[in-house]
Amino acid sequence: MPNRPDKVYFFGTCLIDMCYPQAGLAGIELLEREGIKVIFPQAQSCCGQPAHNSGFPAEAKAVARQQLKSFKQDYPIVVPSGSCAGMLKHHYPAMFAGEPEADEVRRFSSRVLELSEFLVRVLDVKLRDRGQPIKVTWHSSCHATREMGVIGDSKALLKQLDNVELVELQSERECCGFGGTFSIKQPAISAAMVSDKITDIQQTGATRVLSGDCGCLLNIGGALEYQKIPITTQHIAEFILERING
Amino acid sequence: MAETGAVDFQSNVVRALADRQLRGNLKKAMGSLSLKRKAVFSDPEEFEHLRRVGNAIRRRSLSKLPVLLEQLEKNCTANGIQVHWAETTADANQIFLDIIKGHDASRVIKGKSMVSEEMHLNHFLEDHSIEALETDLGEYIIQLDHETPSHIIVPAIHKNKDQIAHLFHEKIPNTPYTEVVEELNAIARKTLRQKFFAGEIGVSGVNFAVAETGTLCLVENEGNGRMCTTVPPVHIAVMGLEKVVEHLSDVPPLLRLLTGSATGQVITTYFNMITSPRKAGEKDGPKEVHLVILDNGRSKILADPQLRETLQCIRCGACLNHCPVYTRLGGHAYGYVYPGPIGSILTPQMEGLHKAGAMASASSLCGACEEVCPVKIPFTSLLRILRDESYAEGDSPHDVDGHGYKRHFTESLAWKGWAVMNTNPTLNHLSTKMLGMVGAFLPKAGPLKHWTQVRTTPKFAKQSLHALAKARGLDDE
Repeated sequence: MPNRPDKVYFFGTCLIDMCYPQAGLAGIELLEREGIKVIFPQAQSCCGQPAHNSGFPAEAKAVARQQLKSFKQDYPIVVPSGSCAGMLKHHYPAMFAGEPEADEVRRFSSRVLELSEFLVRVLDVKLRDRGQPIKVTWHSSCHATREMGVIGDSKALLKQLDNVELVELQSERECCGFGGTFSIKQPAISAAMVSDKITDIQQTGATRVLSGDCGCLLNIGGALEYQKIPITTQHIAEFILERING
Repeated sequence: MAETGAVDFQSNVVRALADRQLRGNLKKAMGSLSLKRKAVFSDPEEFEHLRRVGNAIRRRSLSKLPVLLEQLEKNCTANGIQVHWAETTADANQIFLDIIKGHDASRVIKGKSMVSEEMHLNHFLEDHSIEALETDLGEYIIQLDHETPSHIIVPAIHKNKDQIAHLFHEKIPNTPYTEVVEELNAIARKTLRQKFFAGEIGVSGVNFAVAETGTLCLVENEGNGRMCTTVPPVHIAVMGLEKVVEHLSDVPPLLRLLTGSATGQVITTYFNMITSPRKAGEKDGPKEVHLVILDNGRSKILADPQLRETLQCIRCGACLNHCPVYTRLGGHAYGYVYPGPIGSILTPQMEGLHKAGAMASASSLCGACEEVCPVKIPFTSLLRILRDESYAEGDSPHDVDGHGYKRHFTESLAWKGWAVMNTNPTLNHLSTKMLGMVGAFLPKAGPLKHWTQVRTTPKFAKQSLHALAKARGLDDE
């Protein structure tokens, strides 16, 4: 287990900032409950992934530099998203390879941890479920799975919750069709993907879909709501906080 | 489609997605292929080790490709295999025609070869009154229906048993209707058997060409490849120039990765190693063996140190089987010979972004292809490079044809604006606040128009996390 720090940075992500601030706040609270001091740089914005994936590397880099500037101190950077964490941790070093900032970027990236990963591997948190019995299902985001490898940590957290029955999706590891700008550049393919994901969600009988990435939740939740299916979506941090508060 | 140079990818997508039968067929077939692969590579550590080896072999081969190709030519020639070089598909077709005409032949039997699809060889030969018959069962099925392969390993994967039953009944004379798989196989076998003996020229692809021995390796399951390469008096093998490996010892690890990834087999039913034509005193085998080595844009790809990784591919098709886009569209929607993730990185480089650039956008960058690729091709990084190239202005480290084809004033301006918003904290706070106030009333235009076709409008929060963190009194640094 890595050393337990006193202070951490929180990288809120742009999507949480705009659409899911309660998920971000829940992440912050989960850290504070463990006695960790959370620092939230107000100059932070987006990790730059939207431009990075869409053919605009110069714009992605400019925005990446803003984050490098905003998280200067040597604290761990905790990120409530596998996708944004993957960008900061794995894509930044490649983007800046061979540039004057390369060393600084490598140090920055080495400090990045996804929220579940940090809660489990660094803090070894113990959760006590005070909620009513509930049946939920879980969607693994592509980048939390394949770039960050943190799905085991998220599930380990859910397993600590005694009254939570987790029914797994058949297509748990398959992309929900969000893909950032993919969802608007290839809307028909994206729609087919999210529609299949929803069919799979419905067959679990769960009343709530959890994930560690708000991009997926925006996509799945928006499609569920559009189809008027009474299944809600929630970020894992918000769910855990709700359960332990009872 | 591909021949006209204008593929309407978006229309193809809509058509493919509306085809329920196709989606059902694909889902079933892809699910079964994925499960078989998983059973063969059940130990993740062993698989990771194997693919590291596979990656190293392919990288080493590509790093000395010109030398290896010369060595291959020298050793093949010494073995009695006649080597021909083709820069373009037209050159390759002409080489075929010259060899076939040189033997006054008009009946060609073919084993499976994606490079021959790339050349549109069958059409070309047909135009010259030469019959080219596909003998791989899948290829035979689609040839009967005048289709192209929809998958690089299982070309008729878009068809189910019932569709094939109807096709055989309608297209093969005196064939009673049957849906029994064994009977369908027997019909194809009987029909093809006669053709094998009448074939004057046999054509095959090449899975690996070994430079140090001048050996052509051919992997197959049906025995038709062996028939095509041994029964007719002349055998013409065709390969892309990247298919060469240095040593004979490079073959077993690649073979293991190929068969496991492609069909979930530890080894295929047939593995042919062809090192020469029939020698004096031998009782069988072709009297002549030709090897046609095709470039068709590959050397340009090789020259780019990053994009070169595209050429590591051993054509196993695992990326197709695991791609959430391919498994919903099938291969035909892509409009070109190579579909799925490998097609999406290869085709825009071969055909130019202005023609095939849309393929690079047909990925959510989920990385499922990368996860299964037996030679560790960094698909998502290569797709990003092609997307960068699609918008690139002037100085780019890459030189893909059609460079900058997608450049559009409004889109560039939007991204510039996005960068300004995300590099200036004051503007960032202000814009997030504005979205919280007016987000719900945004017109469903532009990106929101596409988004809201199957989803509700995102709910922008009244107070951003920035604002909530500040209100909570969190330190800023």
